[in-house]
Amino acid sequence: MARPPAPTAPLELFGTDALIGEEDRAIRDTVRRFVEDRIRPEIGEWYDTGSLPARDLAKELGQLGVLGMHLEGYGCAGTSGTAYGLACMELEAGDSGLRSLVSVQGSLAMFAIWKHGSEEQKQEWLPRMAAGEAIGCFGLTEPDFGSNPAGMRTRARRDGDDWVLTGNKMWITNGSVADVAVVWAQTDDRIRGFVVPTDTPGFSAPEIKRKLSLRASVTSELVLDEVRLPGSAVLPEVAGLSGPLSCLNEARYGIVFGALGAARDCLETTIRYAQDRQIFDRSLASYQLTQAKLADMTLELGKGMLLALHLGRLKDEERLAPEQVSLGKLNNVREAIAIARECRTILGAAGITTEYPVMRHANNLESVLTYEGTSEVHQLVIGKAVTGEAAFR
Amino acid sequence: MNIVVCVKYVPDAQAERTFNASDNTTDRENVDGLLSELDEYAVEAALKLVEAGEGEVTVVTVGPDQAADAIKKALQMGADKGVHVKDDAIHGSDAIATSLVLAEAIKKIGSPDLVVTGMASTDGTMGVVPTMLAERLGLPAVTYASELTVDGAKATIRRDGDVSTQTIEATLPALISVTDQINEPRYPSFKGIMAAKKKPVEEWSLADLGVEAGQVGLDAAWTKVEAFAARPPRSQGEIVTDEGDGGKKLAEFLASRKFI
Ligand SMILES: Cc1cc2nc3c(=O)[nH]c(=O)nc-3n(C[C@H](O)[C@H](O)[C@H](O)COP(=O)(O)OP(=O)(O)OC[C@H]3O[C@@H](n4cnc5c(N)ncnc54)[C@H](O)[C@@H]3O)c2cc1C
Repeated sequence: MARPPAPTAPLELFGTDALIGEEDRAIRDTVRRFVEDRIRPEIGEWYDTGSLPARDLAKELGQLGVLGMHLEGYGCAGTSGTAYGLACMELEAGDSGLRSLVSVQGSLAMFAIWKHGSEEQKQEWLPRMAAGEAIGCFGLTEPDFGSNPAGMRTRARRDGDDWVLTGNKMWITNGSVADVAVVWAQTDDRIRGFVVPTDTPGFSAPEIKRKLSLRASVTSELVLDEVRLPGSAVLPEVAGLSGPLSCLNEARYGIVFGALGAARDCLETTIRYAQDRQIFDRSLASYQLTQAKLADMTLELGKGMLLALHLGRLKDEERLAPEQVSLGKLNNVREAIAIARECRTILGAAGITTEYPVMRHANNLESVLTYEGTSEVHQLVIGKAVTGEAAFR
Repeated sequence: MNIVVCVKYVPDAQAERTFNASDNTTDRENVDGLLSELDEYAVEAALKLVEAGEGEVTVVTVGPDQAADAIKKALQMGADKGVHVKDDAIHGSDAIATSLVLAEAIKKIGSPDLVVTGMASTDGTMGVVPTMLAERLGLPAVTYASELTVDGAKATIRRDGDVSTQTIEATLPALISVTDQINEPRYPSFKGIMAAKKKPVEEWSLADLGVEAGQVGLDAAWTKVEAFAARPPRSQGEIVTDEGDGGKKLAEFLASRKFI
């Protein structure tokens, strides 16, 4: 009897590899191998125990060149935006927590300094951050101000040449392990960004525990109690909310790809499981209801990938608008979490432990749905773009 | 110190590997290939030596067009330049002919202080090319190194055997083959990946090396694959119902297969 044709992986079916340049593919393959070798064997345990060896990982990621990879100079690799997206996808196929570490380091903390910082700030921090020797965090959200950061209560007041910061930041990724925090605060004039070494007196970052999502990621509160900084600590090149928003736009772009990594891992795991799992006298994969689910998920994964690669191309041509990033973030995270949940149904009870990655990804994606602009906020951004009416407030 | 590393492009062991129906040679057309994993250790060993001092790492491969991927991977890891020997006449060459072509290529590259190879290829797994090559180049061959240090004009290796561990010295220039215990090959860094495309790769034919077509290829091979067949699918295992003597039967089965 002739053997049935070998199954095709979901993204192979779309032929999306042909849309990716050779160098970007080589970078993606390297990250994929790193995740296979280094992350996959450990991640279930890290998630279970709510821990992450962030310092060691940062060094390894730095050696690879992942941290701030799409920035130019200061020890950064200077890859294309597409390569950065693809790296996020592979990292998040490992775990959203790993990708969060990288997003916050490269696209939030490093990008803020790279884009808006003084030459001294860049020289002091970027090479060490690119190498993973220094970890950064990004403090914008506050306990009472998430989707509406403009209302923030953290204050920076001038005292002679110095700045004195007081306030609380909440839900800050990498907070407790960071060497440097980029903190956004209200001044008498406008919102400004500050580069805060975390050993400055008055700064502390207690970790937030009891999370059910992103357990393999450090999330913290930042407490700023009369933190005194020299005048040179302010990011000189930006004032107003456009500062933090420019950084968020970078990180969101990474999530457009990243979320698909989690979805791909769920779908590939589930297809293998369905092929092996015998129910009644046949494989679960051979039932039409299962195939309908797998086909629909394959379709959404591939559509999301086409959208991501399209946005990647626009980014590399420097034509990517923030509203377009919203399209990608809204769609791809929404579809990724739907895929993760649907995959869980196919795994049955086996789907609820960390033995399989599916529910871990689904839980992680709850955070991804909320941070970097909630789905609702992105709907409002897109709504404004197509109606001309702002409905945020 | 200048080092030449011999690298081979092999079919991906994860993929379904087979032979060409027409001439019983390894099918390299229809399978994805890559730098032989065992050669990654050789590249890493060479890079470490050069990084600790100075000099250049040149990688050389003998193989079809796609074998350029093996060179590229080594350049991405950090090697300085590549040499790709390709010629239609090489198709079907055995280890003897391959070592001839490699030897001539290495002579043309110059006189390296060290030639480093993997301990075997992951497709043919014969492991004879290193010593043949050393013989042709007139170099001492110290093989299966699981540790390697170079001090001045002296290379010292550790070779782990089943019953003993040997420490062996050779004066440079020398040929060293390394095992998968010697190091942990690095991932190519992104900077390395981007720098690789600017590194020089030379393509040489047999004529460039002064090798006659008749000295290599399938016709000149000392060994040939006469026939091949897929391994039969595994037969169904035996199920023994436990009637209180399950443990005994299990032990008997294991003993019959010489596991205990
Ligand atoms: C794991 C994790 C890590 C994080 N890391 C960081 C970090 O490193 N740095 C940082 O600064 N922040 C971080 N955040 C915070 C994140 O950015 C915020 O949670 C997010 O902006 C949403 O804010 P919120 O949680 O206060 O929700 P809220 O803003 O209170 O929103 C609650 C609900 O109201 C909806 N909503 C809000 N406004 C409107 C509106 N106008 N119309 C209709 N609906 C609306 C939202 O969509 C949401 O459904 C992190 C969050 C998590 C969960």
